[in-house]
Amino acid sequence: MVAQAEDVIPQRSPLMAFMARWLLTTNHKEIGTLYLWLSFTLFFIAGAMAMVIRLELFQPGIQFAEPLFYNQMVTMHGLLMVFGVVMPGFVGLANWQIPLMIGAPDMALPRLNNFSFWILPFAFTLLLSSLFMDGGAPNFGWTFYAPLSTTYGPPSTDYFILGVHMMGISSVLGAINVIVTIFNLRTPGMTLMKMPLFVWTWLITAFLLIMVMPVLAGVVTMMLTDRHFDTSFFSAAGGGDPLMFQHVFWFFGHPEVYILILPGFGIASQIIPTFARKRLFGYHSMVFATAAIAILSFIVWGHHMFAVGMPVWVELSFMYATMLIAVPTGVKVFNWVATMWRGSMTFETPMLFALGFVILFTIGGFSGLMLALVPADFQYHDTFFVVAHFHYVLYPGAIFGTMAAVYYWIPKWTGNMYDERLGKIHFWTAVIAVNLTFFPMHFTGLAGMPRRIVDYSLQFADFNMVSSVGAALLGMTQVLFLYIVIKTIRGGEKASTRVWEGADGLEWTVPSPAPHHTFETPPAFPPIMDENESTSLNE
Amino acid sequence: MISMSNGLRNCLTLAFLASFSTLTFAVEFDLREGVTDMSRRIQDLHHLSLAVCVVVGIIVFGAMFYSIVAHRRSRHPKPADFHESLLVEIVWTTVPILILIGMAIPATTTLLEIEDNSDPDLTILITASQWKWHYQYLEADIGFYSNLTTPTAQINNLEPKGENYLLEVDNPLVLPTNKKVRFLTTSNDVIHSWWVPDFAVKQDAIPGFINEAWARLDQPGLFRGQCAELCGKDHAYMPVVVEVRLEAEFDKWIDDQRLAKELSSGQAVADRNKTWTMAELMPIGEQVFLTHCATCHESTGVGQGVTYPALAGGEIPNGPLEVHIDRVMNGRGGTEMQSWAPQLSDRELAAVITYERNAWGNSTADVVQPKTIYATR
Repeated sequence: MVAQAEDVIPQRSPLMAFMARWLLTTNHKEIGTLYLWLSFTLFFIAGAMAMVIRLELFQPGIQFAEPLFYNQMVTMHGLLMVFGVVMPGFVGLANWQIPLMIGAPDMALPRLNNFSFWILPFAFTLLLSSLFMDGGAPNFGWTFYAPLSTTYGPPSTDYFILGVHMMGISSVLGAINVIVTIFNLRTPGMTLMKMPLFVWTWLITAFLLIMVMPVLAGVVTMMLTDRHFDTSFFSAAGGGDPLMFQHVFWFFGHPEVYILILPGFGIASQIIPTFARKRLFGYHSMVFATAAIAILSFIVWGHHMFAVGMPVWVELSFMYATMLIAVPTGVKVFNWVATMWRGSMTFETPMLFALGFVILFTIGGFSGLMLALVPADFQYHDTFFVVAHFHYVLYPGAIFGTMAAVYYWIPKWTGNMYDERLGKIHFWTAVIAVNLTFFPMHFTGLAGMPRRIVDYSLQFADFNMVSSVGAALLGMTQVLFLYIVIKTIRGGEKASTRVWEGADGLEWTVPSPAPHHTFETPPAFPPIMDENESTSLNE
Repeated sequence: MISMSNGLRNCLTLAFLASFSTLTFAVEFDLREGVTDMSRRIQDLHHLSLAVCVVVGIIVFGAMFYSIVAHRRSRHPKPADFHESLLVEIVWTTVPILILIGMAIPATTTLLEIEDNSDPDLTILITASQWKWHYQYLEADIGFYSNLTTPTAQINNLEPKGENYLLEVDNPLVLPTNKKVRFLTTSNDVIHSWWVPDFAVKQDAIPGFINEAWARLDQPGLFRGQCAELCGKDHAYMPVVVEVRLEAEFDKWIDDQRLAKELSSGQAVADRNKTWTMAELMPIGEQVFLTHCATCHESTGVGQGVTYPALAGGEIPNGPLEVHIDRVMNGRGGTEMQSWAPQLSDRELAAVITYERNAWGNSTADVVQPKTIYATR
């Protein structure tokens, strides 16, 4: 049959063959690769925007970016990092790893998979093209509060709305695919409560996506009709309610921030046991904690809006619910520490990034707890303290999580070990730079510096300069990461099947690199791990 | 009770300070204490939650780092094999809940007091617009706009920056000490947020809504804050400055303002009875333009793209006069071009329209009289 197919396909030029392979692929590994490269590309674009922001904030006064352009940079940086970097990055990891980890031959809906990926480059081209339009790109922050984004939005806002719709469709289709795959294609014997935690966290993330992306679609559609079809959903002058925008947006937005972190929890829960050579502590409580965080995420959205003048009992309810999230999050951190406890640890790059993730994410969690207290939030709200908080959970959280995953699984993807020495340099410079960039923001925020300002009074100058120096270092570090990835793809020490001495799971039973098609017949579960065959870099 | 909470406060402050090795710079690192009872209680709450985080952090990270050192393969070659304990899970679920309750109680009591807006002595209506504040003293029936006064040259690094760079205004809000001042906030265009860190008051100003907050100020002085909600291009240039005066001085200030109001209405009558020449109006118009219009339309009138249309050679300054007057006085809905009629006097409006029609190569030769503006109002 294969031979027949080759007979009818006419000879293509190498370029056409390349295009056809990547445009038409339905293979989960290739689509995973596409997602990861898209995420990586946008990481550099959105990162360059962060460099513009930090360059402008290096000193008080206007140096490089006019206020209107600065606001566009702030907006696009946020939108791209959230929708273009973290989300596609995690979907890429899901595509590669979920079938390999549950013993499935592919995702359940391969053509849908192709479609959900190929929407994205068009969505982001549309969004990025707005930078070159008259009136400029969206300039109202990634939270696009009405009426700044509706009546007062630039003409390009409509491109932004269409772009968000396309990303939303892509995310929902991707999430459906993940759910269907996990429910139907697990190898016999792998019950739900035996699934690897990365699969569990992604399953829960996929449900969150399905529940909240339509809400986002709804809110941007209301914006569109407010802008062009004379509705007044968010305009007080027409009997509408600007605050309703914030309620609807954050009903999407808070689950969204857990969408950006839950797969990272899953990654840490895979990596720490491997390098501690000890089973994950409290598997069941990890699953329940993840589910609890996801459920709570639907009843805390008001904590983004404490300064809008809600009734006091509403503020109290949101405060209590928000504080409660600290409990399951704490359980996860305690379980990771207990997994390490009395293990036999080595510290290869994936482990370093996973530990960096746990420690720095926890610092972000602490400031999150502080922000939950309504009276204190009146002081923290909309300052750099908030900027510090969410960068601590997103950069060392979501981004370090993704990087840990790349170092952990890239030997399986490429068949080559990455350069351990460079990986360690990457980790240590990144961890220093992240703290140098974001830790001083706590202080500028507490001293009273509002977020999203292009220029600031002199009292904030010192810490802003430190942040900018850190940001420059952080940017350069990621160029090193790109080099490491390319170097690994091009060659390196050959990886064994199991790759890591302490690794456990079905993905470590297929050869490295993983062949184009894997698990065409369901594998045995639990897998029999090869004890002798492993590459350990610390030997 | 009071001494206990003071003791607790000192204790927590100490714990907080100890968390930073650089003791001497502690002030710069911390949330400010402020000048109201509420701002101090919020600072206490901040210290409490920070201390909890620091202590929990020391325990968790301490265990982690101990494990990283002691349970590495070179020291601990054989991993243990435990991986579940219901008891431990119950403990580390319950203990955090108790700690959280301990934090929620002071947060709740403080919040209930903050949200008690009853029985104010004085009410200020704060109306935000892009990018300035308007303060209306409801009892005294006086009101004024408060604009940034930092010169553009300082912003563009052509002059050294002053001590209060970006935190200085023409007309600060003046408030008395020891009175319960209620702030009502609202907006004419997009959402802004009125924030004075020393009062611990941050309240969004939302079009179509009126929000409430209050403060009772302990001591006289100048206090500075900023708009906290992204409100468009000049969000960074929308400072809040409050001058707190002793009660007697405040009452005198109110009387002075009432007198000034009467004088200015007399001035307005004189303005419209006079016929002005272009030479008189142009310099006034240029000053008004630079203060209010140049931030968008640029000092040379070239504008910025489609968002802020060019006035030099532009359609409206060179078109029919009535349209021009209407646009300046009533603005254009849904854009930053706001209604200037309530913000500027007849003379200022007449001058700025005259200036726009006769500057940068525009040469309509129209001279707009204050009485024309008065008749249009």
